[in-house]
Amino acid sequence: MELKTKVQAEPGRQEIFITRQFDLPVDLIFRAYTEADLLAQWMGTKVIKLENERHGSWQIETSDPNGNVVFKANGVIHEIVTDSKITRTFEMENTGFPIQLEYLTFESTSAETCLLTVHTIFKSVADRDNLLKMPFAFGLSMAHDRLQNLFKN
Amino acid sequence: MNLRRDVFQAIADPTRRSILLLVASQAMTAGAIAANFNSARPTVSKHIQILTECELLHQAQVGREVYYQLNLEKMKDIADFIEPFRQMWDARFNSLENLMKQHKKS
Repeated sequence: MELKTKVQAEPGRQEIFITRQFDLPVDLIFRAYTEADLLAQWMGTKVIKLENERHGSWQIETSDPNGNVVFKANGVIHEIVTDSKITRTFEMENTGFPIQLEYLTFESTSAETCLLTVHTIFKSVADRDNLLKMPFAFGLSMAHDRLQNLFKN
Repeated sequence: MNLRRDVFQAIADPTRRSILLLVASQAMTAGAIAANFNSARPTVSKHIQILTECELLHQAQVGREVYYQLNLEKMKDIADFIEPFRQMWDARFNSLENLMKQHKKS
């Protein structure tokens, strides 16, 4: 079975491509990226600011169940063409990760399907690899905690 | 050579990668692992055996049950970092798709 979401990360390059096929028309996917209440819902975050225009800025904030802010990100939108593309920067606050540049391309593949490509450029190969490792490292540390809890009892 | 199988060969198989990701979140019995797959139980057992042989899984006896857990040290040697990253984005995009399917209906 073909995967709907693919990640292409060539060794030694400071970029990645994430592609996703959606069973929905392209305008609905573009709306999910540009309407603050929709973005907030699928990203599971609070959208503080989202100015969909050239030189507009965006800002998001994610909290844990106790209301503590655990993640903050922001950036500037450089290009935005309805149902076609968004070019923006992405900065994760207080993480030490350099700012990334993202090219989002929305392509209609039929009346009812579309393809989204997120092309991300990193400052260095090491920065890219560190970001790719985050979910893996997180999974490992969670596994470690769960194992410790299991065998403590 | 103590290792009967090569680690990278072991993780090249998608079912075995799925098993590693399953036990990454919690230690599981062979039966609980097999319940996540459509494959026949002996097929899944064979995959578990291969992962155990190349030390990616540890066995731990808890009462009468044998639990399989991730061998964290061995896993650190593997550079297959992309799959968890892909799954994270796949889950996010699934949320996006489900959300917008509701909007399409309304």
